[in-house]
Amino acid sequence: MAKKSFREAINETLLQEMRRDPTVIVMGEDIAGGAGSPGEDDAWGGVLGVTKGLVAEFGRERVLDTPLTESAYVGAAAGAAATGLRPVAELMFVDFMGVCFDQIFNQAAKFRYMFGGKAVTPMVIRTMYGAGFRAASQHSQCLYPIFTHIPGLKVAIPSSAYEAKGLLTQAIRDDDPVMFFEHKAMYDEEEDVPDDPYTIPFGEANLTREGDDVTIVAIGRMVQFSNQVADKLEADGISCTVVDPRTTSPLDEDTILECAEETGRVVVVDEANPRCSMARDIAALVAERSFGALKAPVRQVTPPHTPVPFAPGLEDLYIPTPDKIEAAVREVAAA
Amino acid sequence: MQLNRDELVQAYRQMRTIREFEERVHTEFATGDIPGFVHLYAGEEASAVGVCLNLKDGDYIASTHRGHGHCIAKGCDVKGMMQEIYGRAGGLCGGKGGSMHIADLSQGMMGANGIVGGGPPLICGAALTTKTLKTGGVAVAFVGDGASNQGTTLESYNLAKVWKLPAIFVVEDNGYAESTSSAYAVAGSQSKRADAFGMPGYEVDGNDLVAMHEVAREAVERARDGGGPSLIHARLNRFYGHFEGDAMTYRGDGEVEKLRAEADCIQLFRKHVTEAGLLDAAQLDAVDAEVTSLIDEAVDEAKAAPPPAAEELLTDVYVSY
Repeated sequence: MAKKSFREAINETLLQEMRRDPTVIVMGEDIAGGAGSPGEDDAWGGVLGVTKGLVAEFGRERVLDTPLTESAYVGAAAGAAATGLRPVAELMFVDFMGVCFDQIFNQAAKFRYMFGGKAVTPMVIRTMYGAGFRAASQHSQCLYPIFTHIPGLKVAIPSSAYEAKGLLTQAIRDDDPVMFFEHKAMYDEEEDVPDDPYTIPFGEANLTREGDDVTIVAIGRMVQFSNQVADKLEADGISCTVVDPRTTSPLDEDTILECAEETGRVVVVDEANPRCSMARDIAALVAERSFGALKAPVRQVTPPHTPVPFAPGLEDLYIPTPDKIEAAVREVAAA
Repeated sequence: MQLNRDELVQAYRQMRTIREFEERVHTEFATGDIPGFVHLYAGEEASAVGVCLNLKDGDYIASTHRGHGHCIAKGCDVKGMMQEIYGRAGGLCGGKGGSMHIADLSQGMMGANGIVGGGPPLICGAALTTKTLKTGGVAVAFVGDGASNQGTTLESYNLAKVWKLPAIFVVEDNGYAESTSSAYAVAGSQSKRADAFGMPGYEVDGNDLVAMHEVAREAVERARDGGGPSLIHARLNRFYGHFEGDAMTYRGDGEVEKLRAEADCIQLFRKHVTEAGLLDAAQLDAVDAEVTSLIDEAVDEAKAAPPPAAEELLTDVYVSY
């Protein structure tokens, strides 16, 4: 076991799964980079270098640079999945899904149901999400609630490098279409990641901290912020459970509700915009199913209902931070 | 390449099966027993049949809103289709897809599609599968003149060419996207669009089964041989409205009657094969009788078949969840 970055964990997973199964292919814009150009081959390995080196081992038949044509290649991934391949398509920024939403939610997600259970569509769409890169409104969103809303899709949002490897391995081996969300600010974050392949089952939440006073349910990068808050508040006598659902579809409702009922106080932290978000979804779940056990109203820590701003000062205000999470936890703990 | 007698009979049987199927769905829809929307393929049979005669197991097609003809031509079970259109448990999709989503992947039929332009990207994927797995298979996207203007279709032309995919795009131009004429809505020329993407483009009389078969044969052989994608632009005719219930007030006086009298692909085929002495009328009449009986049975069975059980609402969303 060695320390690996979030980026290295994903790269290693793709490499191992492509070695293991010849039907696994990867495709995307600049996923190798430099196709047809006079300069270096594998020039980029994806815009942030996550797929670097794959083309050298597997060739351009299994590492497919695409034109800038998300509708066509995401649809092609769905068609290839329904006919015998296991494509991993990279949709560079999830914000770009506006031009290929049909292929994801009307085609891939619906084949199995519409065709009476006779279709299997084992595809993964890897995509970057999240604010903090000064990338403004069209390159910074957290659109996982939209995909979570669609029956037929699974949605995985790893909170660390270890989680990324286990969840991506599961996603590639899974027989349903999976949306796999990678926070762009996490690629360089390192932790111990086993060298051998392993899977993390979907729909099984992970408790990254366990405590008695407040339950924090956090998504993706917000798990780390919540862990920091839990560690800090422990010293102040507020002990927190942090629940990382790992996947928003399926969602481990049982674990969330158990933790909510044990502590009676719940904060939900979600980097997505607040309306129709995971924060609202989980708050509603707890309110409906565990109302009697609550000692305080459920608090949601989210950005405001605005696009992601460009100016650094404004973007910093937009993103949920450990300070905001801490304030919310202290508030419910005191209620 | 000349079709042999068996192939000619097969072509006639398939075209007649599609026509009889669609004429009966038209009649039965009017009784109110068929739920939802149906979009009929009557008049366009020579395209689906002419193309699919060139296809084998391991080849794929993707279809359109107007998908019944493509299904039958690719080998889907007619009785299963009729049950599907009636929303029955025994339908090809268990009654959960309906007319706009009839599919049978075991026959290489990747679905009618409720989304205009939904099929071409899927066919790029099926072609990528056959290419990657070296199965020798090809994939055909049928699109209407309406879908020919969708970005997905034009992007798929580009992707198929860039990736040298064994794909064929068949633009079935029946003159109308819903109620809007292709004369109004399509800029430039369909076959010159193919030129622009560097792939062969064919203009063909879609009422002529033999001509459809011949251009499709060339395109399919090219794809199988690693020569990449082709585009076929077939002009043909729609005998019914965009959907059942469409009053077709946008069509000219007597337009459909004239098409049925003068440009019915099945009658033109029948005339051709009998006058050329390839098949005799009695043989074709016998096919007609068999087809009528098959469709009668399909409708009777569909009407009598049970609907899906209530628990089916919740099944088949995921393989596992």
